[in-house]
Amino acid sequence: MSTEITTDVVVIGAGPCGLFAAFELGLLDIKCHFIDILDRPGGQCAELYPEKPIYDIPAFPVVTGQELTDNLMTQIAPFSPEFHFSRMVNSIEKLEDGSFKLVTDADETFFAKVVVIAAGGGSFQPKRPPVEGIEQYENKSVFYAVRRIEDFRDQDVVIVGGGDSALDWTLNLAPIVRTLTLVHRRDAFKAAPASVNKMKELVAEGKVNFQLGQIAKLDGEDGQINHVHLTTAAGDLSIPATRLLPFFGLTMKLGPVADWGLELNDNTIVVDTEKFETSVPGIFAIGDINHYPGKLKLILSGFHEAALMAQAAKSIVSPGERVVFQYTTSSTKLQKKLGVA
Amino acid sequence: MKINVTDQAGEVHELEGLEGWRVMEVIRDWGLNIKAECGGALSCATCHCYVDSDWLDAVGAPSEEEEDMLDSVGDVKPNSRLSCQILCSDDLDGLKLTLAPSAAKDS
Repeated sequence: MSTEITTDVVVIGAGPCGLFAAFELGLLDIKCHFIDILDRPGGQCAELYPEKPIYDIPAFPVVTGQELTDNLMTQIAPFSPEFHFSRMVNSIEKLEDGSFKLVTDADETFFAKVVVIAAGGGSFQPKRPPVEGIEQYENKSVFYAVRRIEDFRDQDVVIVGGGDSALDWTLNLAPIVRTLTLVHRRDAFKAAPASVNKMKELVAEGKVNFQLGQIAKLDGEDGQINHVHLTTAAGDLSIPATRLLPFFGLTMKLGPVADWGLELNDNTIVVDTEKFETSVPGIFAIGDINHYPGKLKLILSGFHEAALMAQAAKSIVSPGERVVFQYTTSSTKLQKKLGVA
Repeated sequence: MKINVTDQAGEVHELEGLEGWRVMEVIRDWGLNIKAECGGALSCATCHCYVDSDWLDAVGAPSEEEEDMLDSVGDVKPNSRLSCQILCSDDLDGLKLTLAPSAAKDS
C-alpha cells in the first residue's frame, strides 16, 4: 500500500552532513524526514569506516565514524526527525505551488517544501563483478541480496565472496538448495569465525562445495544462467548453476540523482555558495555531493553548508517570516527547543 | 620521484610523486580514472592497481587487512595492490603500475 507523507523538508542521505542539517533546521522550527538507502544512519562513516578514527572534526581530537554518528543522533534527538531507511528516492517532481513530490522505491510519496540532497558520494549499490553481460541476468538469476529465500529452493546456487554476507547465506541456503558452491579467491575469510567453522563443517559433510577461484564468465539465455565459469589455479572450471549470488560489498553511485534535471559537474551537483542551492530553486545540496569553486570534501565543510542552507530553507518554508539569528549559548528560545532551558 | 601509471584505456602517464604521499593520492590529484572512494582509509578497494612484476619486491606484500579489501573486487591478480597502501619514496622512483578496471569511476 502506498504511503503519503507531508513535511517541511526531505533530507536525502543520513550521513553526518545530513544529520547536522536536521539540527540547523530544527533550531529554525523546520521539521524534516530522512530517506537513506542504508539501513541505519551514518552514511559513508558508518558503512565504510565505523571503527576508523577521524582526526579533523573540530573539538574532537579523534572520533570514530560510528561515534560521530551516535553523537549527531543525540544532538538532533530534540527535533525528532523521522527516518526512512533501506529505500531510495526514484523521482523528484516540482509541483505548481513550488513544493516537491518525491517517490521512493518503497512506494512512498513525500510532499515537501524543500529538498536537501546530502547523499555524499551517491547511493550505495552492490559492487558488480567484472563479468561480461552480467546485467542481462540481474534480478532474474543473479542477485546481490536475498530477498525471498524461496527463490533459491531446489536451485543450483553459486555464492561468491569471503565476507559475512557470503558466509551467512551459505549457511542459511545450504539446507534448501539442490547444490551450493561457495567461491572465494583465497582460503581466508573476513567473516565471523563461527560462520567460517560451520561452513567448513558443511564442506566436510559434502553439503557445500568450496572452490578457490574467481568468477570469469556466465552462460545462459533469457536472463537465466546455466553455468558459472571460474578461473582457478588449476585451470578453468565450469559449474552448473541456476542462481548466482555475488557478495563483493557496496560502492557508491550517483544513481537516480543524475536524472533529476540538476546541473551536474563530474558526478557532483553544482550549487551556489550563499545558500548551497542547486540549479532548481528549493532543492539544496550539501556535503560531498555538491560542487562549487574551492569545494573541499570534508565533513566540516558539510556542517557549514548545512547551517547556511537552513537559513535559506527557512525563507521557503515560512515565507515572509523574519529570521532573527541567535546563538545557542545565549538564546533561551533555542535552549528551550533543545530541551536544556 | 616519478611513477608510471597505465590507465584503464592503456595510456601511460608519468606522474611526479611526492615523498610520503600515497600513490593513490598522486593518481587522484593528476585526475586519472580512480574512484578512491574512502580517501585512503583502507575501506573500499576503489584504488585497485596492478604493480608491474619488476616492482613487486620493492613494493612489498599487501597486509592481511589489504587482502581482505581486495576480496571485494572481482578482478584481483597476483600483483594486485591498493594504491592507497603504497607510499611514495625514493626507493620506488620509476614505479610502474596499471589501474584495475574495478578502480574506474564508473565501475
